[in-house]
Amino acid sequence: MLEAIGLGSAEELFDSIPQDLRLQRPLNTPAALSEIELLDRFEQMGARNAGARRISFLGGGAYSHYIPTIVDHILSRSEFFTAYTPYQPEISQGTLQTIFEFQTLVCQLTGMDVANASMYDGSTALAEAVLMAERVTKRSKVVASTAGHPQYLEVVRTYVQHAGIHLDLVEFDEKTGQSSHALAEAIDDTTAALVVQSPNFFGCVEDLAALADAAHAKGALLVVAITEAMSLGLLKSPGACGADIVVAEGQSFGVPLSFGGPYVGLFATRDKYARQIPGRLVGEAYDKQGRRGFVLTLATREQHIRREKATSNICTNEGLIALAATVYLETMGRRGVQEVAQQCAKKAAFTARAISKLNGYSLPFSGPYFNEFVVRAPGNAVDLLARLGKEKGIEGGIALSRLMPDRPNDFLVCVTETNSREQIDALVEGLATV
Amino acid sequence: MTITKVTSHISPNEHLIFERSQTGRIGYRLPALDVDEVELNIPAEFRREDDLEGMPEVSEVDVIRHFVRMSTWNYSIDIGMYPLGSCTMKYNSRLNERVARIAGFANLHPLTDEQDAQGALQVIYELQQHLAEITGLPGISLQPAAGAHGEMTGIMIIRAFLDARDGAAASHRRTMLIPDSAHGTNPASAHLSGFSVKTIRSTAEGLTDLDHLRELCAHGEVAGLMLTNPNTLGLFERNIKQICEIVHEAGGLVYMDGANMNALVGVARPGDMGVDVIHLNLHKTFSTPHGGGGPGCGPCCCTKELEPFLPVPRIVKSGDSSYRLDFNQPKSIGRVKAFFGNYGMMLRALSYTLTHGNDGLREATEAAVLNARYVAAGLVETYDKPFAGSPMHEVVFTDKKQSRKGVHTLDIAKRLIDYGFHPMTIYFPLIVQGAMLIEPTESVGRQELDQFVEAMKSIAVEAVENPELVLNAPHNTRIGRLDEATAARKPVLRWKPENS
Repeated sequence: MLEAIGLGSAEELFDSIPQDLRLQRPLNTPAALSEIELLDRFEQMGARNAGARRISFLGGGAYSHYIPTIVDHILSRSEFFTAYTPYQPEISQGTLQTIFEFQTLVCQLTGMDVANASMYDGSTALAEAVLMAERVTKRSKVVASTAGHPQYLEVVRTYVQHAGIHLDLVEFDEKTGQSSHALAEAIDDTTAALVVQSPNFFGCVEDLAALADAAHAKGALLVVAITEAMSLGLLKSPGACGADIVVAEGQSFGVPLSFGGPYVGLFATRDKYARQIPGRLVGEAYDKQGRRGFVLTLATREQHIRREKATSNICTNEGLIALAATVYLETMGRRGVQEVAQQCAKKAAFTARAISKLNGYSLPFSGPYFNEFVVRAPGNAVDLLARLGKEKGIEGGIALSRLMPDRPNDFLVCVTETNSREQIDALVEGLATV
Repeated sequence: MTITKVTSHISPNEHLIFERSQTGRIGYRLPALDVDEVELNIPAEFRREDDLEGMPEVSEVDVIRHFVRMSTWNYSIDIGMYPLGSCTMKYNSRLNERVARIAGFANLHPLTDEQDAQGALQVIYELQQHLAEITGLPGISLQPAAGAHGEMTGIMIIRAFLDARDGAAASHRRTMLIPDSAHGTNPASAHLSGFSVKTIRSTAEGLTDLDHLRELCAHGEVAGLMLTNPNTLGLFERNIKQICEIVHEAGGLVYMDGANMNALVGVARPGDMGVDVIHLNLHKTFSTPHGGGGPGCGPCCCTKELEPFLPVPRIVKSGDSSYRLDFNQPKSIGRVKAFFGNYGMMLRALSYTLTHGNDGLREATEAAVLNARYVAAGLVETYDKPFAGSPMHEVVFTDKKQSRKGVHTLDIAKRLIDYGFHPMTIYFPLIVQGAMLIEPTESVGRQELDQFVEAMKSIAVEAVENPELVLNAPHNTRIGRLDEATAARKPVLRWKPENS
């Protein structure tokens, strides 16, 4: 082939790169491994993750739910996972129709009118929601509760630091674990949005309808963030409570934990704000013979056309993970999502009651919770959980001091439909004895 | 006996799942609830009342058939050449997929204590080391989720560096220079970091106009330059060292868009050219699958000087060879994503790096450039090639010759579908009228390249002899060209029940 294009050596392919800029030595990376050697290496590294083998009650933004076997089978089809963004609709209808279904499912769950084709994850979706609220209202203050996921709030802070948006964090209520009355009072005529997570980082369900009223009374938007999307199978949808923008982490819907990603951000809003939404949208379209198909649409919002005036810089999103969520939601369906949510809530309530009866343990917050709740231990939670892991093989929860330094004895416990009675009993027993 | 075909198979007519739904059908089974019923403390007014009406009720086989049928409407790399310029559609190794599904990683919670996630942190650390070697830039964060996210991170790092260096005076340094050939994400990312954008012209040769760059730098407000190299015309910016010097002398920094890094791996390193910060697309250069639009992974790589500004946490190696998370980075721009980024993509990219080996990485680069050159040579007589320079991994043509007969780039692209190929990138870069940007990647052999060249030549003939054939393409797909204008004017963005 070199000959066919008139070159004598592979090095000549790079003649347009000045000689002094070319690497004059081989890369100092390892030599090639065979398949056997490679798998062995990764299996060994995987084995060094003791956490992956333990009974787990970890939540806090990433959840262990049952994943139907067919999800990975569909994802593994070449036609889906080796395709690009559907720029050529005539040969991308599989991807496009899937996204249209995904958008519909997100609307149904959140109670909103319109949803996009996905964001990177829940945290970046929240940051984009805050930026969108500023565009919609042309106001620059954002009020948020400290009961939001600390990492989500950090991401919001990073995104808004150069956008002229002031982030006003209001302390949550120490009694209920919900947002405090001060949150509504912090909203004024300059407030673009009230940001609230529900269930919040402590697992407590917020009174979204009241918060929506408080925000709307001042002309602000209510932005609702959800890290445990499975809660939507039981809790009133944010849309029905009056939310203007709803974002969520969709990992609960058929996506493995995979040490934090890739996950999928859900983003939904009201029809009237559809043209302010970030990211891709798929819409219905017809060909000359009247056949229905789907296309990427309202692209004039996007960076490849609007450049610096675009609603977001996002291009690649989480297409394949949105497919996973779509397959999950369609397989579990209307009944399954509700049954999973019911089981989560019931098992969590059972577990919380059992732990609260243990000597020295208490539940510090009185607010309603879905499948996560905070436990106050008789001693340092980090030490306690480390012992529980090592001695009993149980990941008993997330020590809050790892994210909130002033709460040494508190830890967050998450229970899902995958935790059997036997596991729950082992946790309670373990907490009583370690 | 002959069989009369009465109807086409059902697969082209697969409905939306909502239209297939049958009340009462289910496709799952959970274990019976095994705990005593305890009253939930969730008040009735906080609970759903709509019973999720409208959500599908289908069986498992319904779901399988639904998606398998729809999948047959997609083109994919595994079917054939997917020469989308700048998008880098290369083969996705199944071995990488298997690695990402190893239970020790797939079942690992991101808030697991670092002692119990040493293998996972090791993967991040080792990939960081390899990317540092490949780019010549030692500071790495794998947190950004995609290219544009990595760009935003890089530009925020530049902003934080300038603010730290210049203090209040930095407020006068808020101009980001971006060539007219750049990806749209560049100006959008600059805007997110609070910069205004000035556009640099390209020369007739298709390279950055140095005089214009000097002129813009002379204004004194330059925070930096965002440059893709090789640029989006597929040309290596041979003056890159000088470009970096001009920007540095003006007090700015140079950000390189690494979307085209697959033309350089093992051959040249941005760090050696004077570039300060770059993002990579693991979903392009390191072959993690595009998945119909993601997930990606957009590592940000920077100089030692910029390293303190990278997102937290950093993943570092301690003296005792254990890996840990370092949150103590007071100059950091902050976190850009929850947890550690798109970890599953990091596993695949490390697997790609290790299966190729150092020589294999370079060989892939050579093959990618060779393939693009081969296509360039094959089509140069037939299609207008607006820039004379030798392309790297992708080559741009235009429809100048064909448009005289009324056949435009879009038509050529659609006709290519009938020949069994995915079209090239069209109408990008914006500065080339009727652009067709072709990137074969290293994943195609000579036979398929020849077929592609033949198809393109054949379309050029058709454009003259039978333009209607091209103008009405594609002819063999499930649907024809869709009315995108009406779709945007009256958007239907979700399914709704007919009676609603």
